[in-house]
Amino acid sequence: MCLALPMRVIEFLPGEMAVAERDGIRKEISVTLVPEVAIGDYVIVHVGFALAKLDPAEARRTLALIAEMAAPGPR
Amino acid sequence: MIAFDAFRDGETARRLAAAIAAEAQPGRSYAFMEFCGGHTHAICRYAIAEMLPANLRMVHGPGCPVCVLPVGRVDAAIAIAERTGVTLCSFGDVLRIPGSHRRSLLSAKAAGADVRVVYSPLDALALAQALPDRQVVFFAVGFETTTPPTAAVLARARHLGIGNFSVFCNHVLTPPAIAAVLGEAADRPVLDGILGPAHVAAVTGADAFAGFARDARMPVVIAGFEPLDLLQAILMLVRQANSGAARVEIQFSRGVTAAGNRAAQALTAEVFEPRAHFAWRGLGQLAESGLRPRPGFAAWNAETRFEIGDPPPEPRTACRCAEILRGLAQPADCPLFGSACTPESPHGACMVSSEGACAAEWSYGRGRRRIWKELR
Ligand code: SF4
Repeated sequence: MCLALPMRVIEFLPGEMAVAERDGIRKEISVTLVPEVAIGDYVIVHVGFALAKLDPAEARRTLALIAEMAAPGPR
Repeated sequence: MIAFDAFRDGETARRLAAAIAAEAQPGRSYAFMEFCGGHTHAICRYAIAEMLPANLRMVHGPGCPVCVLPVGRVDAAIAIAERTGVTLCSFGDVLRIPGSHRRSLLSAKAAGADVRVVYSPLDALALAQALPDRQVVFFAVGFETTTPPTAAVLARARHLGIGNFSVFCNHVLTPPAIAAVLGEAADRPVLDGILGPAHVAAVTGADAFAGFARDARMPVVIAGFEPLDLLQAILMLVRQANSGAARVEIQFSRGVTAAGNRAAQALTAEVFEPRAHFAWRGLGQLAESGLRPRPGFAAWNAETRFEIGDPPPEPRTACRCAEILRGLAQPADCPLFGSACTPESPHGACMVSSEGACAAEWSYGRGRRRIWKELR
């Protein structure tokens, strides 16, 4: 029951709701808990609520750091 | 764009595992506890443990909310559901938790109680609006990730004056559970670090974990749930352990900050207050570890409305969940694992949800190599 998924906010709806999308799947979620969210933002969705925003620049930084930390490959 | 698939790259995973093996010192051992059931699930699903050197062990912790709910609270929920005029709803896993005599909400439903599955607390409130002649009760279970949504729905119910809705609140807090496992008990597990839960920390902030680094001298890395997140975080823990450091690091920097989600924290504090004690399966009564609606929400508190008292102490059974939740036993140590107890017919709570240690190990014990092949 704890599985939470990253999704992208694509449209606002009345009542602090929004449409979020991931891999072509759309869902109505509440954005009550992330008042600063904007269209195009990534959020972590859990039990129908956006819990927090995800930062794409930080995601890229993490991937770069992982590439650095990983042992050198065969090539 | 965030390239989510990049966090599942099989080749990079193998190279991270090689780095872990190279940096883990052969003269010592490492035991890291993952507290979160989501991590337990991911570690089993992606067979992370099998990629680690023999002297590095991942220990399952108490962070599966379905697993830590004591039998007495399940029994109380069943008693509420059996009342005339009540419709009780919760998440699918919650309905399958065995209470006393292996009865669950699902078996109460089969016997005629109106018990329903919801995906979100929003659905529970919508159900109350759709069924004005029924008393709709949301059986709320979960850690800091699930609590703010319940708080939002309670605030909305009060705002709209929806009188036939209430919440049976079983929300619990992660830090007291970590403190209880690390605790003072003579038989506490020997740990070298903690893999902290990213989604909980996205709400609470990484600062909520600072005490464990400072006071218990425990390395903490707040980690995401993809295979590369887990492996990078484990490597970060190895490095802290090797250097004798004990600090909180954030691996999941794309979603976690030091302060967390202030709006969610504020709403939670407005609606809920700590209970003096709350009983946990495996961990017993823990001070200030559970939440209940504040007096201003008493009209929407199912415990007030249905006069629910404190649950009796846990009955003793052959199930070893209690030790598993404290990191003192592994699922395979339980004589019922996979025989009398399976996900289809769970004997204990750890076998119910896919984040439970027993269910995760059982489900992915055979299928996991296939999953990795898909990712490569
Ligand atoms: S296998 Fe079943 S009975 Fe044994 S500890 Fe796990 S949940 Fe309990």
